[in-house]
Amino acid sequence: MNPETNQQISLARRAWNIRRKSVLMGAVQGQGYVGQALGVSDVLAASYFHALKFRPEDPEWEGRDRFLLSIGHYAIALYAALLEAEVLPEYELETYGTDNSRLPMSGMASYTPGMEITGGSLGHGLGIAVGMALGLKAKHSDSFVYNLMSDGELGEGSTWEAAMSGAHHKLDNLICIIDFNNQQADGPSTETLSSEPLDKKWEAFGWFTQRIDGNDMDAVVEAFDKARNHDQPVPRVIICNTKMCKGIPFLEEREITHFVRVEADEWEKALNVLEEGKPA
Amino acid sequence: MSMSRRSSKWEPRKPVPAEERQLTSAMIASLGAEGLPTVSAPFGHALAELANEQKNIVGLTADLAKYTDLHVFAQKHPERFYQMGMAEQLLFSAAAGMAKEGFIPFATTYSVFASRRAYDFICMAIAEDNLPVKIVCGLPGLTTGYGPSHQATEDVAIFRGMPNMTIVDPCDAIDTAQAVPVIAAHDGPVYMRLLRGKVPSVLQDYDYKFELGKAKNLTEGNDVLIISSGFMTMRALEVANTLKADNIGVSVLHTPTIKPLDTETIIKECSKKGRLVVVAENHTEIGGLGEAVAMTLMKNQVFPVLKQIALPDEFLDAGALPVLHDQYGISVSAMLTKIKMWLNK
Repeated sequence: MNPETNQQISLARRAWNIRRKSVLMGAVQGQGYVGQALGVSDVLAASYFHALKFRPEDPEWEGRDRFLLSIGHYAIALYAALLEAEVLPEYELETYGTDNSRLPMSGMASYTPGMEITGGSLGHGLGIAVGMALGLKAKHSDSFVYNLMSDGELGEGSTWEAAMSGAHHKLDNLICIIDFNNQQADGPSTETLSSEPLDKKWEAFGWFTQRIDGNDMDAVVEAFDKARNHDQPVPRVIICNTKMCKGIPFLEEREITHFVRVEADEWEKALNVLEEGKPA
Repeated sequence: MSMSRRSSKWEPRKPVPAEERQLTSAMIASLGAEGLPTVSAPFGHALAELANEQKNIVGLTADLAKYTDLHVFAQKHPERFYQMGMAEQLLFSAAAGMAKEGFIPFATTYSVFASRRAYDFICMAIAEDNLPVKIVCGLPGLTTGYGPSHQATEDVAIFRGMPNMTIVDPCDAIDTAQAVPVIAAHDGPVYMRLLRGKVPSVLQDYDYKFELGKAKNLTEGNDVLIISSGFMTMRALEVANTLKADNIGVSVLHTPTIKPLDTETIIKECSKKGRLVVVAENHTEIGGLGEAVAMTLMKNQVFPVLKQIALPDEFLDAGALPVLHDQYGISVSAMLTKIKMWLNK
């Protein structure tokens, strides 16, 4: 846990703040992968305000836990988390996706403090995470590498090369988080190229595997704790079943697609709906 | 132009008489003239030695340590050797990850697998982030008789288009060994074409030192300028020696760095009047050194008579290397024939 963050703010409120910032950024551009951001906000809140070791003022601090965003198009969600964690200053929110912004629509390492890798070409994160985990072990570091990926990326062969490798090299400092929202570009991932039974696959690959409701904060926190404290020399994976657009019911109920369409007049409405559900 | 191996399916080919048959072989030593001294695994030994001083060097391979001479490094520095298995996408992703943690990874496989199979991973995980990963690959161009699955005839064309990527094509054992510490010191990604195993050694007879980004004149002559890289420089030197007997003077400009190209030296050398300029490369005629030189000259209004010795734009045959090199026009004798023809001699 990061000692410098305010312990008085609940994780539920952090997740709500991340949702709100995501919607605010979506409103700046009139588009964005807000559906994914709303779905993964609880996982990001638990990551940055419960699990990760980091220093907001020094994003390249050697002792930090590495957090890799393999899913470059989720950048809007990670920016919201980095803004909430004060890695990024508040005023940059309104620059989202604009020319010369440090917050481009797809995440890139050279643009944004706290963005460890250039994601977006899917199936890259876990392999890079394997290399970083090997590197950290060679340096006798006790830092963890977290790789946040999506269910769609499970279709990429490179993901499974990395999965084999993580177990082969006994990378107990590697934690893979899968945001399973069952949605990819052409439709539900289970109907596009099904990865089920997913937990059994990861177990067979030698990973300490948990599958949870990724929108249940208590479950997310417990899973992170178990992943970090597991005593076997194996990599860890947390499959988080999440709901696209979580927290904004009129969007949750919309016919869900990969890229949720939000009409111009709906951003205000979305913010108002969020406001009603604001946690303490 | 040779007949395409795909002119018709399963067409019987003319059998070679038993006494003329050569075995298919990937022996790199055969690239040089008979009787040349050879050095065993120059890359592996140079890397192992460099790693004695430079503790952040690590070696990774995709099940080809023995075939890329990385086993020499692995034996000397087992704790810094990572066997990644037959998984090239992982190999380069993991190398990127290690570079991000402050290491200088030397990642080895065959050229075909790096350039074709792992392109996106090298491009986005390594080059886009400008990470100091050194991609060292065996069997570049036509250096194996195994056919297109192993012949990386377009590797340079593939990597030339990748921003941030430096491309190095050493001539012999000396060049390879000298290049290792230099590319390690370069702050960015490098693709190096590897000659492995018993590698011929020729540059000891010339006043030469490898410098990244520099082309070097090895011989001086007033009639022909051969601009070459890789083992084609070895052959260009043989051509120069042979033509000297015919009173034909040949300059050999060895260009081990294909990207960034030493345009200054190339323009200077090509501006000297009255010389036939020949670019000689172990690569398809498309997208390699020849096109790079031609575009450099065009853009700078330098217009010598320019010829290219390169592999055809085809999937090449399987067979014995000396036979294939003759067939595709990159052997010494094929070079001599062409150059004499171009000179009308």
